[in-house]
Amino acid sequence: MSAPMLGQGIIKGMAETARNFLGSYVKDDRLVTVQYPEERLPQKEAARNFPFLVHDGDDWQKGLRCVACLICEKECPPQCIYIVKDAARKPDYTGKLQFQPKVFDIDLSVCMSCQICVEVCPFDAIKMDVEYELSTGDRFDGLLLRKEQLAKSNDYYRKIHPAEAAEVDARLGAEKAKADAKAKATAAAKPSAGSGPVPGPVPG
Amino acid sequence: MTAGESITLGVKAVPTTTDNLKAGGSPRNYELRPKSLADGSLGSDLLEISMGPQHPSTHGVFRMDVVLDGERVMKLKPVFGYLHRNHEKIGENTTYLGSMPYTDRLDYFCSLTNNWAYALTVEKLAGLQAPERAEYIRVITAELTRLQNHVSLVGFLLQDMGASGTPIMYAFRERETILDLFESLTGARMMCNYMRFGGCRCDLPPGWLEQAKQVVSDFPRFLDEYEALLTENEILMSRTQGVGCLSRELAVNASVTGPMLRASGVNYDVRKVDKYGIYDRFDFRVPLGEHGDVYDRYMVRILEMRESLKILQQALRDIPEGPIIDPRAKLRGFRPKPGEAYGRIEAPKGELGFYLISDGSPNPYRYRVRPPSLINLTILEDMCLGHHVADVVIILGSVDIVMGEVDR
Repeated sequence: MSAPMLGQGIIKGMAETARNFLGSYVKDDRLVTVQYPEERLPQKEAARNFPFLVHDGDDWQKGLRCVACLICEKECPPQCIYIVKDAARKPDYTGKLQFQPKVFDIDLSVCMSCQICVEVCPFDAIKMDVEYELSTGDRFDGLLLRKEQLAKSNDYYRKIHPAEAAEVDARLGAEKAKADAKAKATAAAKPSAGSGPVPGPVPG
Repeated sequence: MTAGESITLGVKAVPTTTDNLKAGGSPRNYELRPKSLADGSLGSDLLEISMGPQHPSTHGVFRMDVVLDGERVMKLKPVFGYLHRNHEKIGENTTYLGSMPYTDRLDYFCSLTNNWAYALTVEKLAGLQAPERAEYIRVITAELTRLQNHVSLVGFLLQDMGASGTPIMYAFRERETILDLFESLTGARMMCNYMRFGGCRCDLPPGWLEQAKQVVSDFPRFLDEYEALLTENEILMSRTQGVGCLSRELAVNASVTGPMLRASGVNYDVRKVDKYGIYDRFDFRVPLGEHGDVYDRYMVRILEMRESLKILQQALRDIPEGPIIDPRAKLRGFRPKPGEAYGRIEAPKGELGFYLISDGSPNPYRYRVRPPSLINLTILEDMCLGHHVADVVIILGSVDIVMGEVDR
C-alpha cells in the first residue's frame, strides 16, 4: 500500500536472479540438480528404507539369525510383519538350538520405515535396507516380501552400513566367544556326561 | 439463523464487510434475509464457490466455502477433515514408543519438533530426564527444523503470490542442505523418528557437527540473497502490506500461537515462557510484528530464522560429550505410572502440545494433540473478510498450515 512504486526492489531482485542463473555455469553450489537416473548421489550411511533379515554364511536358510520370537511383530506400529513359528529348531551362531520362522512376511505397502523393529530385535536379525527403486506393477503380491526375498547376507549388511555392522559383528563375536568358553568349561567339568550343548555348525 | 440452515441463498447483499467494520460492527454481523424469498429469486448477487480440496493454491486437501460479492469475500468457511487418519485413536491403541513414528506424520515438514514435543510429554509422565548432550542435539535439530520450515513456507508464500518457480526453488535448494543433515543423522529426510523417551536414538555420526556448522555459516548468505530478492520488492509489498490484518486482541482470544501471534505484536514464545529443555542458556531475541498483516508474518519468519541461526551457533559451539539417553529409559515394556501430563514446545508453526493420560498400561489412556496449524486456521475468516479472492490465497499461505496436522 505505502510502497513507493519505483521499481528499485524489482531490479534488485532481478539482479539476484541473474546472479543465480549465471552463477550456475561456474559454481557448483549454484547448480545443485542431479540428473537422477544417470547420476546418483552417494547413499548416506544412516539411510534406511525397508527392513531385511540378516543371515550368516552362504546358506540363508541355515544362517538366518531370526529366532521367530515375535517381538518385532508385536512392536511394529502399523503391524506390517507376519510371522509363523516353525516347529523344527535349528542351532544359532553359538550352537544353541533356537526356533526359526516358517513364514516371515513384510508388507512394504504398509511399512512406514520407522526402524522400530530393528531397535527392539534382541538378536540383530532384522536391519534396514537402503534399496529404494522398488516400484512394481503388482501392488499386492509384488509388495509383500517373503522370507526368501527378505533374507540378505551379513556381507551385504557390512557393505551398506559398515560402521553399524562392525559394531554388531564385534558384539556377536564376543557373545560367541563367551558361549564357546562356557561350553568348554561345562564339557571339562562333566567329561563323563558326554552330551554338552549340541555342537552345531558354526556359521561365519 | 437456526443451526444447520444454509445461508447461501438467504444472504442479503450488505454494503461490504469493510463498511460494516468501519461502522463498528463485528465482521460476522451479516444481515440475513428470510430463507425463502417471496418472488422465488435468489435475491442477491452473492455467489458461493468452493475453493479446493484440489485447488492448486490451497495447501494440501483443504477446502474453503467462500461467499463472494464480485471479487470480494463476504463469508468464508474452512472445511477440513479430508486427511483425517485417526491419529489420536491410533495413539491410544499403540504403545508409547509406537506412537513416535506417527508423530512424524502430523506436521510432516517438522518431524523432529513433533518428536520432541511427544518425547517431552512422555518424559514428564514417566519422570525421565534427557542427558545434557541429548538436550543439545534436540535444540540443534529443532532449530534446523525451524529454519527449513520457515524457508519453505516463505517459498510457498511467494508461489501463492504468483512468483511461480524462482523463490520456491531457491528455498528448496537451501532446505535440501538441512534435510541432508537430517538424513545422515536419522536415516530419513522427513520422517525422522529420532527422539526417544529420555534422549535420542543414536549419537551424531562423525563429521556431522562440522557439516552442520558449515550449513549454519552458509545460511545467512542465502537469507541475504533471499531478502534482496524479495523484502523490498514493490509487488510483494503492495500485495501483502495491509492484507489479512489480525488484531492483537483477536489473536489472543483465538489462542493463535507462533509466528502468527508474534506478527500481531504479542510477545509470546514458548521457548522464552517455558524455557523447556535448555533454552534458558541461549541468547536470542523474539522478533515481533507491528501490524499483523501478511508482510509482518513474512518478516517475522525471516527474522526468526536469523535468531535460530544464533541459537544454532551457540549450541554447536557448546555441545558437550556424554551419553545421549537416560539409563532409566526402557525401549520395550515401557509403562509409565498412572497420571497425566501436558508437554508443549514452540514448534515452527506455533505451540505444539501433547496431552497424555496414563493408566499404567503400555498404551496411553488418552492421547490428545494440540495442533498449532488447526488453531491458527480458525480465524481465517476474520482475516479474509473484505479482501479479494487472490488475497485469500496469500492469507492462507501466511497462516502456514500443514493438513497432516490440521486433520490428524
